[in-house]
Amino acid sequence: MKEIRIHARAGQGAITTASLLGYAYFLKGMYPYAFPSFGAARMGAPMNAFVRVDSKPVRLRSQIYEPNYLLIVDHTIMRGFNCFSGLQEDGVAIINAKEGAIEVPKIKAKQKAYLVPANEIALKHIGRPLGNTAMLGAFCAATKELNLEDLNAAIKHRFDLKLQEVNIKAAKEGFDYVRSISM
Amino acid sequence: MKELLEGSLAVAEIVRLCKPGVISAYPITPQTHIVEELAQIVANGKLNAQFVNVESEHSAASTVLGSVACGVRSYTATSSQGLFLMAEVLYNIAGMRLPVIMTTAARAISAPINIWNDHQDVVSLRDSGWIQFHAEDIQEAVDLHLIAYRLGEDKSIMLPVMVCIDGFILTHGLETVNMPSQEEVDKFLPSYKAPYKLDVTNPLTLGPLVDPEFYTEARFALNETHKEALALIPKITVEFSKVFGRNYNGLIEGYQMKDAERVIVAMGSVCGTVKDVVDELRKKGKKVGLLKITSLRPFPASYIYEALKNIPKVAVIDRALSLGSFAPLAAEIKAVFFGRPKMPKTISSFVVGLGGRDITRESIKEIFRLLTGKEKQGEFIDLKPELLKESYE
Repeated sequence: MKEIRIHARAGQGAITTASLLGYAYFLKGMYPYAFPSFGAARMGAPMNAFVRVDSKPVRLRSQIYEPNYLLIVDHTIMRGFNCFSGLQEDGVAIINAKEGAIEVPKIKAKQKAYLVPANEIALKHIGRPLGNTAMLGAFCAATKELNLEDLNAAIKHRFDLKLQEVNIKAAKEGFDYVRSISM
Repeated sequence: MKELLEGSLAVAEIVRLCKPGVISAYPITPQTHIVEELAQIVANGKLNAQFVNVESEHSAASTVLGSVACGVRSYTATSSQGLFLMAEVLYNIAGMRLPVIMTTAARAISAPINIWNDHQDVVSLRDSGWIQFHAEDIQEAVDLHLIAYRLGEDKSIMLPVMVCIDGFILTHGLETVNMPSQEEVDKFLPSYKAPYKLDVTNPLTLGPLVDPEFYTEARFALNETHKEALALIPKITVEFSKVFGRNYNGLIEGYQMKDAERVIVAMGSVCGTVKDVVDELRKKGKKVGLLKITSLRPFPASYIYEALKNIPKVAVIDRALSLGSFAPLAAEIKAVFFGRPKMPKTISSFVVGLGGRDITRESIKEIFRLLTGKEKQGEFIDLKPELLKESYE
């Protein structure tokens, strides 16, 4: 079983991110359970979305406290909240931030954290700072859980026409970005 | 076909396949994506139904009362405060013997305001005369709607059915679901032929004033029908499994019960978490199990008796309160054994997961741990005692 926790603000597309990730796993024949946890249920309020995935149907309904992977869609949440809480010893975190824009948090020896300028990538391709697909591309490169093709298939399922095209581009750039810094 | 679907969208899809002629709903909070999706489905011409957008849940319930009274299969959905606003009409729907089918996203009740999941809304409506099913996962939620239409519209039953699915956990969660085809659904669920309906050419009165000469018998008959439903549900689920290949008995489900010494009784999505904990503890040689209640109404007392009579220690999980009294499900489970030859040594009662408080593996393990000791009465799990010290003075 793998567990992924997404930190974001309501309105930033974390639920879409979780469902894209879930769908990519689903297409591989896995059994995802993707679900949100709302805070104040208002745009801008910190919230979580989660993906728990296994080779058999997932029955556990609790939130995720010890994730294998973290996606931090909005790094400003890290100021007042320990997003790294419970991250597995060999866990991987993808943080939406430009290199140098924030201090990389102290992490354990086997943990990895990648800063990915997902908003910039999204602005370039999508025209709005919705870095979710760039983050997911980075996730694929950093964790090797999924191929870029798996992610693209999920994006194609979710988006049509122009949105599909630009999100696939953003995903690829996120993927390539992590590949280039992790070589 | 296997799909990855959000619970609400899966329910909307199965409702589409059941082909209701009228859907009515109040479209804003506390509502789910179910009716949002159904509105889209109707607008796109994928379902030939009238979608009636109304100004309150009271009106939504009244609309489907009227449409089923006219002989048309109907559907509505609500949650929480919305369910309470419907309450007056819901008792009428049951009393008038109208098989409305409704999904309820089970959620907490104000005050304080809380939109998250527990069972206070639906459990409070247990005496309304509606049949009440509780789903563990999205697949079961989908399947229970098919069973609900089949059961409610059976000429021997003619009762409304509420399918309860845990708010957010199932309504907003995505899971792999095996969606049936239209062909399969049609095979299992015939079109609705009302044995009585409002019709200007054959006038009929439904729900009139009934004086003390007759009222008791009308209520007695309603209660008798619930007993008949208890007998019919397992027959319908046998037919269900023939068509769809999934097995339920529709009343209860035992998990690792055979040699169990400690068993948790629960309803809804928490049963999944309990099953995971049962597997974990079984690996350590602990003889634990789960009894899931699918049908809260009718209450399958004799099935519960048979399932639990030889279990030494039983814990009942309530996700609702009957303020000032025993926790509601626990009280009923205990009532099953009064005056019967066999019973568990202890039946402990636990309150957990109110207003969206997360129920973790640890919460469940704590309940199993507490079962080794003395009988517990309405013990709150994951309570924060430090918050109880706060005062407005």
